[in-house]
Amino acid sequence: MGYAPHTHDDRRRMLEALGIESVDALFADIPPELRSSPLRLSPPLPEQSVAARLERLAARNRTDLASFLGAGAYRHWTPPLVDQILLRGEWYTAYTPYQPEVSQGTLQSIYEFQSLIAELTGLDVVSASHYDGAAATAEAALMACRASGRDRILVSRAVHPQYRETLRTYAAGAGVAVDEVPVVGEGPAAGTTDRTALERALADSARPPAGLIAAQPNFFGLLEPMAELGAAIHAAGGLFVAVVEPVSLAVLAPPGAYGADIAAGEGQPLGIPLSYGGPYLGLLACTNALVRQIPGRLVGQTTDLDGRRAFVMTLRAREQDIRRERAASNICTNQALLALAAAVYLAALGPHGLRDVAAGSAARAAALERALTEVGVERLFPGPYFDEFVVRVPEAPAVHRRLLDHGVLAGLPLALVEPDDPLLADGLLVCATEVTTDEEIELFAWALGEVLGAAAPRRQPTTAGAGGGR
Amino acid sequence: MAAVTLQPAAGAQGELTGILMIRAYHRSRGDLERTEVLVPDSAHGTNPATTSMAGFRTVNVPSAPDGGVDLDAFRAVLGPRTAAVMITNPSTLGLFEPRIGELIELVHAAGGLAYMDGANLNAIMGRFKPGEAGFDAMHFNVHKTFSTPHGGGGPGAGPVGVGPKLVPFLPTPRVLREPDGTFRLERPGERPSSIGRLRSFVGNTGVLVRAYAYILAHGRDLALVSEDAVLAANYLKHRLAVDGSYDIPFERPCKHEFVAQAKTLHRETGIRTLDVAKRLIDYGFHPPTIYFPLTVEEAMLIEPTETESLETLDAFADALVAIAREARETPDLVRGAPHTAPVRRLDEAAAARKPNLRWQPLTGRETPCPD
Repeated sequence: MGYAPHTHDDRRRMLEALGIESVDALFADIPPELRSSPLRLSPPLPEQSVAARLERLAARNRTDLASFLGAGAYRHWTPPLVDQILLRGEWYTAYTPYQPEVSQGTLQSIYEFQSLIAELTGLDVVSASHYDGAAATAEAALMACRASGRDRILVSRAVHPQYRETLRTYAAGAGVAVDEVPVVGEGPAAGTTDRTALERALADSARPPAGLIAAQPNFFGLLEPMAELGAAIHAAGGLFVAVVEPVSLAVLAPPGAYGADIAAGEGQPLGIPLSYGGPYLGLLACTNALVRQIPGRLVGQTTDLDGRRAFVMTLRAREQDIRRERAASNICTNQALLALAAAVYLAALGPHGLRDVAAGSAARAAALERALTEVGVERLFPGPYFDEFVVRVPEAPAVHRRLLDHGVLAGLPLALVEPDDPLLADGLLVCATEVTTDEEIELFAWALGEVLGAAAPRRQPTTAGAGGGR
Repeated sequence: MAAVTLQPAAGAQGELTGILMIRAYHRSRGDLERTEVLVPDSAHGTNPATTSMAGFRTVNVPSAPDGGVDLDAFRAVLGPRTAAVMITNPSTLGLFEPRIGELIELVHAAGGLAYMDGANLNAIMGRFKPGEAGFDAMHFNVHKTFSTPHGGGGPGAGPVGVGPKLVPFLPTPRVLREPDGTFRLERPGERPSSIGRLRSFVGNTGVLVRAYAYILAHGRDLALVSEDAVLAANYLKHRLAVDGSYDIPFERPCKHEFVAQAKTLHRETGIRTLDVAKRLIDYGFHPPTIYFPLTVEEAMLIEPTETESLETLDAFADALVAIAREARETPDLVRGAPHTAPVRRLDEAAAARKPNLRWQPLTGRETPCPD
């Protein structure tokens, strides 16, 4: 089925107006020796065949598992109104709001998104938007370099490994050195950023740091002493970049309260489906002092000629289409529709609802910890956590594979993402949110006990399968 | 192309991916002197911005009077410092680059690589394959060519195709096919030559599945999409050329878009392109991109695409002609436009002078969760 709507008669009338026989005349300027070989594509498929083909492929993804996977993307209940609003043509197919007089809806929604994320982060300026948490974190690092005139970034190894990889890619191009700050190996602070090592890294006066990047909660689900980390980098004249998970901000201190200059993060938990890793939503916010360094679109409130309240893209001199090689970033197309999803989600839940989601998730994670402890599985790091934590499971990758046969997606074996770190070799990062059911937790604990040959065999749970999350 | 990465989240990130791969290619050969990327002056702003992000210096190349790259000027800046040339083809003027073969040959002879900004791929499907022509890398935008809705500014995706030289440098993780026919993702560190990751996870998967469905539905008829887009643009350009109210700077056939100018109109009536664009709103049309490319005075970049009917194309041309008449007879009507939109023209200077970027609680301190 094609989507080219012209009728044969319309095409003929246009060709006649142009005084040509065939559309080939319009491609005559392509040098003959450079013309394309034929497209090696199949004939057009009817829509139902396309749907059937994609459904067959989709069926090869297992979606029947009880999932305890977080590690940067999280299952939450999304009120159906979020998708209903997104699917309206006024949002879905609308062009970039370069013409504010006909784009007030989009522009106001972006302003509201900025306001909601500013409330959550306790910061003043929110860019709308970035590709994902990793790209937003990399942009935050480059911002810190521009603002400080320095070219070295410190990043805690307790920041998501894929964010650090992305940071290294961006930094290589920008000529920025990335130094990783290790995590504490043992004791009460195990799994959090090593502050002694941080002090050593800060002391390198030959190449002072532009900033420090730390995550709250960190990749292992643990809470970091963010105020202390921020104070340390500030004392060294650098900026503090907090990588945050937005749902947690309903119960944790916001970055603005503990002195972060920039917050970056993944907005997916705010009403955006998992969708195999994307499209997601990169969050980037900063203090007023950094407003001219922040990349990406900003919408401001102003008035029209008649004095009516109105919204417009502003401070455009930072952007690539105006500033070209001196722009703050090359970002153009962003994740606007998903910024809308986050705004609708936050507006629908309100502050009480979001706190319920956060508290509910933390409570389910605590229930998961209790259930795993009962089968003899302990946490690897002792500190406080939000909604995910690491447990010690010998041969975690193999155990993880065997649990799939029991219908359990047992989180993430850390050896798969950090193969060279002996501290993490037995680590299994597991997560629970408000959509995790008692039955799922029971199944996980039972199956893990089975696989590990745990001491006290328990009755196999009767109810299995994934809950209502997405 | 020899391979494609689907990881980049948007066209601009695709550009960064491509230029970082080119950087890695030169460095892998110990060729550290190549610090410049040549960019025609008609390019999208993302091209020079990308060049800077990847650590290169942008060298702007002027256009020739026919809208293509000026070959003499190109030769003059080409040399041992040239890492790559970035060419948008068709260009942002809607023109197929007439000397594309020479440009690719010259940059290759100088030891640089050829990058194609494929933002305008929707004009040339089935007519021109950048890989066959010798380009070493190109990105394309799924929202421009493969039906992804704009969503007010995203999400899109910016896949990048590469020739054989750049395959080792593709972002990680790639999807690998095992001998038994199953698929898996590359493991961390499995391919050290990779430039690394551009983002978390694997890409804007949901967007890519839709683009794949669009490609399956069209199959080899994708060529028809380009033909209709090009036919519509040429028809509209012809209608305006016949009327004569607007300047049409390039007479030769355009591809999917063309540039018109309110240059003469401005000189004769004082009405500018901005006024024309705002008045189009009253006629029920979303204005085209204006004042771009920057190289064309009072520019309107008009792109009808394949999806607008002949009736709509005619109505749009009629509206532009009517606005030109209004510019002469009732210029204040045009200057005050739009009159039918929810708001009139905005005070953009005030917005930038004293930015109001978020709602502020009136009390100064809110307690949203009183317990």
